[in-house]
Amino acid sequence: MSKLLEVKDLKVSFNTYNGEVHAVRGVTFDLNKGETLAIVGESGSGKSVTSNAIMRLLPEPHGFIKEGQILLEGVDLAKKTSKEMQKIRGKDISMVFQDPMSSLNPTMKIGNQIMEGLIKHQNMNKQEARKTALELLTLVGIPRPDVRINQYPHQFSGGMRQRVVVAIALACNPKILIADEPTTALDVTIQAQILELMKSIQQKTDSAIIFITHDLGVVANVADRVAVMYAGKIVEIGTVDDIFYNPKHPYTWGLIGSMPTLDSSDEELFAIPGSPPNMLTPPVGDAFAARNQFALEIDTVMEPPMFKVSDTHYAATWLLHPDAPKIEPPDAVKHRMQGFAQTGTKGGGKQ
Amino acid sequence: MTRYLLRRVWYMLITLFIIATFSFFLMKILPGSPLQAEDKLSEEQKAIILEKYGLNEPIPVQYAKYLGGLVKGDLGVSFKFDNTPVTTILIDRIGPSALLGFQALVVGSILGIILGLLASIFRNSPIDFSSTIIAVIGTSIPSFVFAGLLQYVFAVKLGWFPVALWGTSAHTILPTIALAIHPMATAARFTRTEMVEVLHSNYIITARAKGVSETGIILKHGLRNALIPLITVLGPMAVGLMTGSMVIEQIFAIPGIGEQFVTSVMVNDYPTIMGTTLLFAFGFIVIILIIDLLYGLIDPRIRLAGGK
Repeated sequence: MSKLLEVKDLKVSFNTYNGEVHAVRGVTFDLNKGETLAIVGESGSGKSVTSNAIMRLLPEPHGFIKEGQILLEGVDLAKKTSKEMQKIRGKDISMVFQDPMSSLNPTMKIGNQIMEGLIKHQNMNKQEARKTALELLTLVGIPRPDVRINQYPHQFSGGMRQRVVVAIALACNPKILIADEPTTALDVTIQAQILELMKSIQQKTDSAIIFITHDLGVVANVADRVAVMYAGKIVEIGTVDDIFYNPKHPYTWGLIGSMPTLDSSDEELFAIPGSPPNMLTPPVGDAFAARNQFALEIDTVMEPPMFKVSDTHYAATWLLHPDAPKIEPPDAVKHRMQGFAQTGTKGGGKQ
Repeated sequence: MTRYLLRRVWYMLITLFIIATFSFFLMKILPGSPLQAEDKLSEEQKAIILEKYGLNEPIPVQYAKYLGGLVKGDLGVSFKFDNTPVTTILIDRIGPSALLGFQALVVGSILGIILGLLASIFRNSPIDFSSTIIAVIGTSIPSFVFAGLLQYVFAVKLGWFPVALWGTSAHTILPTIALAIHPMATAARFTRTEMVEVLHSNYIITARAKGVSETGIILKHGLRNALIPLITVLGPMAVGLMTGSMVIEQIFAIPGIGEQFVTSVMVNDYPTIMGTTLLFAFGFIVIILIIDLLYGLIDPRIRLAGGK
């Protein structure tokens, strides 16, 4: 597999009245052609900031890329001017946003909103763009596209609007599609439809997808690989099976343990105590140490490096150090891991 | 759409009827009389004059006659300008007022929108601050102060334009500027506030993510959404401007509705006052109808059901 996107030691900060907020503190990952990478983490962990940095949609000059490289097929996006980025956005990388109710222009026909990118990036004339827009609407499963193309966003339901947003994002056959919590604002049945839609489109177009979510259930369903973010860093990364069947980082245990399951009525959810650290002054050592019941003394002094678990699986916790005590995940987490084995993740289901 | 329009016209007629009634009875309650130098007239002379203008009849009869005339489009005869029908006076006078008002509205709103746009694009820059200062000055200082200043600088000192009176298009420039300052300030303030808000909305980020250029974002995606509330304030302002600013027309000695309105109020010229009031009301109602139709044009969400 060829590397499409390589993010190397990305650091993003925001200047605020209180000082510099270190939202992303050195994130490294890569994305292969046609694969789906899920980035999970709780609110404020830096997952959306990472994706906005890749798109160069940070609210400059307050939000800025402090360090690092974003290599799209070897070309560093972090060094592009905003004019150059306009040619890349929507064409090479495009994005689906969280709230379909507000992410479409209310005073513009949806057809025109789809055609805009086509006319700009593919040098199409209006007729060609319109034809392509009709095809896209059919592709994303909007009935009667010839009628719908002339309608305004308020004439669509939430799920239908998200389909339109997906159509806009797919218009120019992007190499990478970033989906920033695309199903969070939708109700469950519509969520499943949108996820199915994105999966089927990925098979047709071979785009790579970065899927940002805090919903591990969604991750198991769509992702090939998973990156778990905490306090502006990736703390564990691996294939979906690595993360769900063999999680190594206590934070990942916490995330898995806090997922409600159907048969978990008699047991308590495994909640992660406390709240994420203030990113104005990131803690010394392991940022998760304060909330980690398995924290070691070294966690408060020195930051753990990425330990290799397997060729595909890495985690940043001192528990993986050869000298560390052997600690098993809590029972609640183990119980859920057994549950995954029965129902199957995307990767597990294939086996 | 036709049904909607018909219904709106029907409401307009009812509104006009109510306004006509109110202004008629308010005239009757007003102290003073239309007679000048009343004490020098004998009782017979007074009676003759009152008889001539139908002022001696009982008020309900006068009211019925007035309404009867209105239905035929007859606003009565002016007391001041002997035997001249009020309609003729208004038609003669509306021209300069409408022209001035229209020019001021176009100049003011276009300049204001540009100023507000610049301020929102270069937020917190010197451009933004100067635009805010211009807007504050324009709203807080009354237009007659500007009128006097403009006359002094551009007419008296520099001699570029005539000081006052009506005639060539050069005569319209100074009063237009004086009238345009207030709408400009309002438009600038509204445009800036709305643009700042609109530019933070999610669909602007969607447009950026599509690769739309900054110009496209501001003009295609931003401005149209920012204009909706602006229309609400500019509409009623347009009526006030087009039917004449009384003060500005007085200062520049322009033979418009405003100047004539002031004169007729001073001499208790009942038919002319009522006629002018009705004209203002009519203008206002029509503009509000136009605004409602414009909303639908700009904002599809308010488009009327069945009005496709």
